[in-house]
Amino acid sequence: MNESIRVLVAKPGLDGHDRGAKVVARALRDAGMEVIYTGLRQTPEHIVEAAIQEDVNVLAMSILSGAHNTLFPKVVNLLKERGAYQDMLVLGGGVIPDEDISQLKENGVAKIFTPGTDTRDVVTFIKENYNKKKEK
Amino acid sequence: MPDKEKIEKIKKAKRDWHENKVEPTVARFSERKDEFKVSSNFEVDRVYSPIDIEDKDYLDEINFPGQFPYTRGVYSTMYRGRLWTMRQYAGFGTAKESNQRYKYLLEQGQSGLSVAFDLPTQLGYDSDDDIAEGEVGKVGVAIDSLSDMETLFDEIPLDEVSTSMTINAPAAVLLAMYIAVAEKQGVSTEKLRGTIQNDILKEYIARGTYIYPTAPSMRLITDIFEYCYENIPNWNTISISGYHVREAGCTAAQEIAFTLANGIAYVEAAIEAGLDVDDFAPRLSFFFNAHNNFLEEISKFRAARRLWAQIMEERFGAKKEKSKMLRFHTQTAGSTLTAQQSDNNVVRVTLQALAAVLGGTQSLHTNGRDEALSLPTEKSVEIALRTQQIIAHESGVADTADALGGSYYIEKLTDDLQEEAEEYINKIDDLGGAPEAIDQGYIQKEIQDSAYSYQKEIEAEKKIIVGVNKFKTEEEPKKDILKLDEKVANQQKERVSQLREDRDQAKVEKALKALKDTAETDQNLMPKIVDAVKAYATLGEVCDVMREVFGEYNENIIL
Repeated sequence: MNESIRVLVAKPGLDGHDRGAKVVARALRDAGMEVIYTGLRQTPEHIVEAAIQEDVNVLAMSILSGAHNTLFPKVVNLLKERGAYQDMLVLGGGVIPDEDISQLKENGVAKIFTPGTDTRDVVTFIKENYNKKKEK
Repeated sequence: MPDKEKIEKIKKAKRDWHENKVEPTVARFSERKDEFKVSSNFEVDRVYSPIDIEDKDYLDEINFPGQFPYTRGVYSTMYRGRLWTMRQYAGFGTAKESNQRYKYLLEQGQSGLSVAFDLPTQLGYDSDDDIAEGEVGKVGVAIDSLSDMETLFDEIPLDEVSTSMTINAPAAVLLAMYIAVAEKQGVSTEKLRGTIQNDILKEYIARGTYIYPTAPSMRLITDIFEYCYENIPNWNTISISGYHVREAGCTAAQEIAFTLANGIAYVEAAIEAGLDVDDFAPRLSFFFNAHNNFLEEISKFRAARRLWAQIMEERFGAKKEKSKMLRFHTQTAGSTLTAQQSDNNVVRVTLQALAAVLGGTQSLHTNGRDEALSLPTEKSVEIALRTQQIIAHESGVADTADALGGSYYIEKLTDDLQEEAEEYINKIDDLGGAPEAIDQGYIQKEIQDSAYSYQKEIEAEKKIIVGVNKFKTEEEPKKDILKLDEKVANQQKERVSQLREDRDQAKVEKALKALKDTAETDQNLMPKIVDAVKAYATLGEVCDVMREVFGEYNENIIL
């Protein structure tokens, strides 16, 4: 089976820095994934709804405003409430200090990509991790 | 200008040089790259000579500083008269904390203030709005009402500082609050100096803090132009910004083109609204990025100045000299800062700042070395400011105007950048102007394509970023970064709910009703907005009234 990986690229929070989100979206698409991009200023509720509706394997969120400690965990918790978390690989990206990363991982974000990330590393990470949970 | 015969001689010498020196050398040692490029779409030659500028008419196209087309700078004595304004963009947390940072910066010799607002403020939401969760006080200061603005400028005499406010969609409201604070300080509006960014078109293109659809947004902008012409003559009513467009990933030529195309749209809108070009054009200002390619950036500023002067004269028939002068603020490129080996960013910022100064900027913000990690610490801000002071007082570059003008390469690059920018502007004209080109997604698509190819070049190591894709080292996680107090949001929420209890509610409602009625006509909105903020209506309430009348903009998503 060569089913393509479905990814929702989302911008929670209010910041308008979408360069990274769009570059990543395009790189994932070029790597053969099916990519949906939400656009700016999406609430956690809206993102979770979209991820479930679109039946994605991966939810990749980008924040550059510093609101990551509030919004990433909120999305993860909503996914859990809706029973959708175990089927989804949740990723984060943006200007996120090292010292916040371990806490975010504990909160259920599988990986945080920071400035300077090579998009090929994102592709590899997704390919290696996206459906592990499903196999369990 | 060299005469024909001399040029022929040089051309022949160049051919000989190429044949006898370059070719044998390249045959033995190939050059580092197959092609050398600037960010824009043209290649860099091995060397430049008088041949490249043989057609230049000095007086028509370059001329002296302060003379049309201002290629060498807008003022005749440039930095010999007065240095550029050192203006560090700052603001975080509550108005009280930001007020302390401003006082610190002024004590350190900074010459103007630059206010960073948090995202809820930039989007016209109060701090206690659900949508503001996690964002209050994060990327700037939270301002919910005139009361916060009074705190922000407490003990800062508004007739002695110039203040730049990075505010766009709700620019009219924040300007109204500034006017009200000045009034309370007893400062007359004629004495106020400063800038509001007020550039909505680049928000749709690149920065994202839009509220209303295009048409009412353009109306708010022209209302501000008119109001300021009549009341605040020394206020820069707009800062037409290429900075964010460049940060979003475009090239230097695209930065000029998309910025000036937006500028053209504002001028057209104001003329359409019945204003005289020479009444408002002297108060237009610009804001550019200073990116990595040092010589391309210097040329970019020169090309932008010349092109704008020509556009104002030829397209709009501007008469006043000031209407044709492109005055601009510069910020070093945030997107070039690396999280890896972050102290190296001090060097990047120095080079970028030097390009801005050699390009003739009127004011400058230098980024902190740690901004790829978080907001800058006080120490990082100090180094950034000192960088400007070293350039100003130690390097000698401020002692003569346009020191690199006349360099064969700089002049040629200036020409090439202008030419490529003009091609884009023609294309945008063909699409019906900037607002139309934005609605069609043309400009966004161009920027995204450039951003993507930039990333691909880095990944293919065609472009080297020190510490990122070459010269890498293992690093310890960074500890010394600015942490914001999470209590800020709650304090701010309490403040705004307290305000709602303390104020005269009937007065607020009356003012908001009057604003709504005016929004439904085509009368100038500014006086009603000023009345509303003076009655302590909150930013969110004022913006909501206009949301009801104008509706909201829907993002045109292009991937």
